[in-house]
Amino acid sequence: MAGSPGIATEHVRAPALEMRGITKRYPGVVANDHVDLTVHPGEIHALLGENGAGKSTLMNILYGLAKPDEGEILLDGSPIQITGPSDAIARGISMVHQHFMLVPVLTVAENILLGDETMANPIFIDRAEARRRIRALGQRFGFEIDPDERVGQLSVGWQQRVEILKALYRDARILVLDEPTAVLTPQETTEIFAVLRRLRDEGHSIVFISHKLYEVLEIADRITVIRRGKVVGERRPAETDEEDLAELMVGREVQLVVDRGESHPGAVTLSVEGLAVKNDRGREVVHDITFEIRAGEIFGVAGVAGNGQDELVEAITGLRRPSAGKITLEGRDITHADIREVHEMDVAFVPADRHRYGLVLSFPLTDNLVLNDYFSEPFANGLVRNDQAILEHARELIERFDARTPSATVTASTLSGGNQQKIIVAREFDRDLKLIVLDQPTRGLDVGSVEFIHKQTIAKRDAGTAVLLVSAELDEVLELSDRIGVMFRGRLVAIVDGRSASREEVGLLMATGGHDADSPSTSPVVGSAA
Amino acid sequence: MIRTLRAQLAVPVGAIVLALVVGAIVLIASSPLVTGHIDVMLPIRTYLALVQGSVLSFDGLIDTAVNATPLILVGLAVGLGFKAGLFNIGGQGQFLMGALAAAGVGAALANSGVFIALPAALLAAVIAGGVYGFIPGMLKAYTGAHEVVTTIMLNYVAIQLVGYAITGPLRATGASFARSHDVVDAALPGIINAGRAHEGHLGIIIPLIVVPLIWWLLYRSTIGFEIRTVGANPDAARYAGMRPRRIVVFALTLGGALAGLGGAAEILGVTRYMPASYSTNIGFDAITVALLGRAHPVGIVFAGILLGAMRAGAGLMQVQAGIPVQMIDLLQGVILFFLAAELVVRRVFRIRQAARGVEELQTVTRTYGGQTTAP
Repeated sequence: MAGSPGIATEHVRAPALEMRGITKRYPGVVANDHVDLTVHPGEIHALLGENGAGKSTLMNILYGLAKPDEGEILLDGSPIQITGPSDAIARGISMVHQHFMLVPVLTVAENILLGDETMANPIFIDRAEARRRIRALGQRFGFEIDPDERVGQLSVGWQQRVEILKALYRDARILVLDEPTAVLTPQETTEIFAVLRRLRDEGHSIVFISHKLYEVLEIADRITVIRRGKVVGERRPAETDEEDLAELMVGREVQLVVDRGESHPGAVTLSVEGLAVKNDRGREVVHDITFEIRAGEIFGVAGVAGNGQDELVEAITGLRRPSAGKITLEGRDITHADIREVHEMDVAFVPADRHRYGLVLSFPLTDNLVLNDYFSEPFANGLVRNDQAILEHARELIERFDARTPSATVTASTLSGGNQQKIIVAREFDRDLKLIVLDQPTRGLDVGSVEFIHKQTIAKRDAGTAVLLVSAELDEVLELSDRIGVMFRGRLVAIVDGRSASREEVGLLMATGGHDADSPSTSPVVGSAA
Repeated sequence: MIRTLRAQLAVPVGAIVLALVVGAIVLIASSPLVTGHIDVMLPIRTYLALVQGSVLSFDGLIDTAVNATPLILVGLAVGLGFKAGLFNIGGQGQFLMGALAAAGVGAALANSGVFIALPAALLAAVIAGGVYGFIPGMLKAYTGAHEVVTTIMLNYVAIQLVGYAITGPLRATGASFARSHDVVDAALPGIINAGRAHEGHLGIIIPLIVVPLIWWLLYRSTIGFEIRTVGANPDAARYAGMRPRRIVVFALTLGGALAGLGGAAEILGVTRYMPASYSTNIGFDAITVALLGRAHPVGIVFAGILLGAMRAGAGLMQVQAGIPVQMIDLLQGVILFFLAAELVVRRVFRIRQAARGVEELQTVTRTYGGQTTAP
């Protein structure tokens, strides 16, 4: 290793970027505690950490969005003060956010020019020149892009390339990508990785923020792991593996795949017969679905998002009235029960969109933890709320479900995604249950939180609860389910054994519904209107 | 606790200070019209007279309390709407309907004795205002008609209804202009008298009773929790098993009742009859009150007192500094401007952005995008 040319250059040239002893305190938390980060020219440097570990804070400091309490930043060996994003951009530091900052109705060229302070002529934009430069930049990094295409017309993967182009157009030498693959399909991820490698080979430095272990191992030259605001290790992909990284990241040994153990299904808990459900626009998007779930059994529903899963879940939980069919819970007809009645029959529901349904972000955790029990004893006595009981309840659940929060009275918006989901799981799981409905329970969560939620689910299964698990993550469905139903265009096209099913088999059913051509009348189901 | 309180207060207080600065600039610029030359002391004299006329004298204090009473009540009506994610612009209509009902019932029971006439007139006002809030509530909940549109239209309907009722069935016989009969026994009796028409009527204690009740309802009861949940996140409210439609109807109805009570306080306590041409700007003043008070009952009390004091001091300001009472409208308008353009206030006073946005302002802005509750 010592004699390799890559290492030699590192010693000759100063690091492109050095952050030394960065410390940032927020009320109640130290978001960054003497963090050091060194990024060399021509390097893809992964910043790995759980949600809330301090990755975003560090990058916000680099981008001038937050001021560090301590520490210094060096660019090419000389210390600098970054006063704001425009200053960062002027110094060649650019950031590609997880949620793109593009204007859909403008063209690629217009988006790239937007806010560019380095225009030669501030009144008239030289569009022809801009187009030429954009085209040339694209070609240099291996993709053909039409500068006149409207951004709204582009796929997510291409929009991301526009973001990268925007940075390159401003002569960025240090590119920060915040969870760039979160919104991409595997195919698009492979393509964007090719672009990133090319950028690296041209001498750009890339900071790649992620919590996906396999991706980091694939793309990074070096990996810095941070946990609770501190750097806990630095690795090269060759000298580490997923288990090692996960342990660093979480601080203890992590089971990437939880041991689901034996399950002992009992009597039928939930029975769904011939269920049909319409979406908000009145179109039937769930057709004639029949299945049952036994006590102590996990029934997984696999399917590409938007094949009627949301409406199925809403119908079972009482959030939506089915248009036909019958749902029974332990023999009681709940087809037309509303969500509160279903809840009171010991059914827990972890909704897919935790910001829209699961939480009121502006409310304190105390209120969120009684969101659907606020009216019952001991949290209320008739009309009168019992704040003391609500607070004690919150403290107990936060402790028991290990949600990281400075206090029980901070608003839910201040928590990381994983901790927000823990709050929801705590609220929903904290009682004896007949049925748990989990809709995308680990979407966007880090390894530690995923493990936690999977373990809780299995514990509930072992306690005799029936579990309906709907997930677009095929691996999750395969890891947990006793039986797997595959949804395709609103129909349950197959039910397979969860322990013997192969990834390929289920993947194929998800993609085709098990037929080469479905009847022409059943067009693909579009997800319910947001 | 202290920190959140300071964060809550920073912008409203900043907006008031900035409004006073803008007012001072306007006063200095227009001082040649008043004194014949540029007079940098004019703002000081004006503001001093304003303070003197409102809080530094006994009759000023009484006037302030009398003016603040309807502002607080209608402000609560608007604030309650904000809490439920609704922008209730119908304070004026609800106030007028309450005033009309109080005048009508008061006149009918003018000689029935105070213990019958007064409660009956107040109750009639509460019911009339409540019905007038219930209508846009139902329209919103069950047809999706936007409350901003319906309440504005109902304001015009209320003006016409008052005109019709007072020139028609409720017109006092023998009066020289179109007005209702005196309410006599239904009048809110004077409790403090500073002479020269500076009378503090019993109505000024209404906010003292109503404000704690509304505070309790919003922050200590399950209904209040439902209202706040629907306002903050209607989807989560549905998920939690609440019924957003009912809550929308309830919030607007209760708001209407409060505004109606405000109308009764004004008619039964101040004018003691109702003229056909009764005109008021209270629905819009109340929006300023609710925004300045951050839609919080206690904040609304302070905001109502502030605006009430400005009105109370306006007379002395006109006499002593020679500044027309319209100056008050200017100050009030500038306060509202700075509340809406919060960023300006934050820049000037270096107030850090609160972690949570100003919910009631979000209601105001969101409300025009059609993105509100479709329960």
